[in-house]
Amino acid sequence: MIIAFFQYIGGLLMLAGSIFCLLAAVGLLRLPDIYTRMHAASKAGTMGTGLLLTAIAIVSFDGAIILRAIAGFVFLLLTAPVAAHLLARAAFLTGHKPTELTIINELDSEKTKK
Amino acid sequence: MNFAFGSIVLALIWAAITASFTLLNLLLGWAIALIALWFIRSYLASPVLFSKVKKIIALIAIFFFELAMSAIRVALLVIMPNIKSHLKPGFIAFPLKAKSDGEITLLANLITLTPGTLSVDVSNDKKILYVHAISIDNKQQLIRSIAKGFERKIIEVFE
Repeated sequence: MIIAFFQYIGGLLMLAGSIFCLLAAVGLLRLPDIYTRMHAASKAGTMGTGLLLTAIAIVSFDGAIILRAIAGFVFLLLTAPVAAHLLARAAFLTGHKPTELTIINELDSEKTKK
Repeated sequence: MNFAFGSIVLALIWAAITASFTLLNLLLGWAIALIALWFIRSYLASPVLFSKVKKIIALIAIFFFELAMSAIRVALLVIMPNIKSHLKPGFIAFPLKAKSDGEITLLANLITLTPGTLSVDVSNDKKILYVHAISIDNKQQLIRSIAKGFERKIIEVFE
């Protein structure tokens, strides 16, 4: 009974995680420039993978697997924003132009002043 | 230090007494140790640490809530049929109150994982954090919400 309950919860989390990963990929395709794309990749991607790892921890009933799933999630939270940050910064430094939809660009004006 | 150290020692003792070193049992022992120490908190040498633990837990809770909200917002934005009309992206200069490298790093990472914002660069003098926002309605309000939200909480934890 309880095992079935946990399996349903795990299944639902896995489904939700997969949907977030899918939407992160859709976001990479549909958003106009690298800076807005990084939003989709860093947020929806982290959330999706985090939900998948949580689902594994819930259905496994194994301390070692739970511990590793939690460790994986923590490292993901530490590394995903750094990767997005580095990609956006590298794009800016190499002169990648943001989309014309951009309404404020304080970074550009600050950099050219120096 | 007493509190964290004491709770771990008590958890290990619990595991030894119940003769089971499984993760679940260790966590149970740790939970009981924390409750027991909480009852005698006024006799412990460093009450400062206890209030700090509370602040750290509050920060983690807020962080997970914000992460969920931001992921849902980005996911909804992505499936909008007329995506371009919902985008108002821009780069914003956020004046940093946080001083140390650790605080700035933590703040930059948290900003990246919270609604609509992404850290891009820190100025050379570490006074300004450049943030990319996906949909800017009110620049001042956005800056205020970061300063009053995560930055204040992080400074509280570190000071």
